[in-house]
Amino acid sequence: MEKAACHHLLENLAGYLDGEASAELCAELERHLDGCTDCRVVVDTLRKTSALYHELPQPELPPAARLRLYKSLDLSEFLNSSA
Amino acid sequence: MLNEDNDQALLERIRRGDKSACAECVERHSPGVYRLALRLTGNEAEAEDVVQETFLSAFKAIDSFEGRSGLSTWLYRIAHNAALMRLRRVQPDQVSVDDEEVFGEGLDVPRQLHAWCCLPERDFESSEARIELERAVRELPEKLRAVFVMRELEALSTEETAEALDVSIDVVKVRLYRARLQLRERLSAYFTEIARTEV
Repeated sequence: MEKAACHHLLENLAGYLDGEASAELCAELERHLDGCTDCRVVVDTLRKTSALYHELPQPELPPAARLRLYKSLDLSEFLNSSA
Repeated sequence: MLNEDNDQALLERIRRGDKSACAECVERHSPGVYRLALRLTGNEAEAEDVVQETFLSAFKAIDSFEGRSGLSTWLYRIAHNAALMRLRRVQPDQVSVDDEEVFGEGLDVPRQLHAWCCLPERDFESSEARIELERAVRELPEKLRAVFVMRELEALSTEETAEALDVSIDVVKVRLYRARLQLRERLSAYFTEIARTEV
């Protein structure tokens, strides 16, 4: 990750990954990625990192905590109807 | 859009003092508020307190809510502030007040350069890997963590995240990028080690 082209990629990577870079810039970055193994690894593993987080099971409010929440808000009477 | 419309109708009912509307609001938004609180505080009991505090504060201040942002964005904002107050009490040194937020300056240069994407799926789905993923988020600096959780895990837009955190859109983009880079470094170290043990 020493070359100027690698730094240019890093500076523009956020926009590239989020689909906000111009077509011209994307083409330029992709040309660099075709010939730079290190940058290709960074881009692929960044995408994989995001994908892994999207697949992560979501933590849920424990049932006992939900009961206490409704009680604290004086909404216990609605617990059954909204369950 | 449907949810926004529903939230608008819900808001009006809450303002009229309709308790069933409050219950609907809690049912609809408490899962997201809890996930945010848990990932910010890293503690179930603290997260539960944050959720309670969020809805108590929101219902109390409902008349002052101008509706410029969505209801969920407003609730995330209250929850984030409540979580931050708790973090500052428990770990005052962990909540930074300044960090580099300009692209191109102080650029995080990737150091882990092993290609671990091609590991078998079982390595990514193991409970150990999931614990590592959660731990990596918990150990991000607070400002990066808040943006990452809202944008990447709760799927708020850049604009909604900026409103919830009261920062500019550019700051959200920089923090999200830095969070992703830091997580990639951390996970690269973990999965590279797994890859080595499987050779």
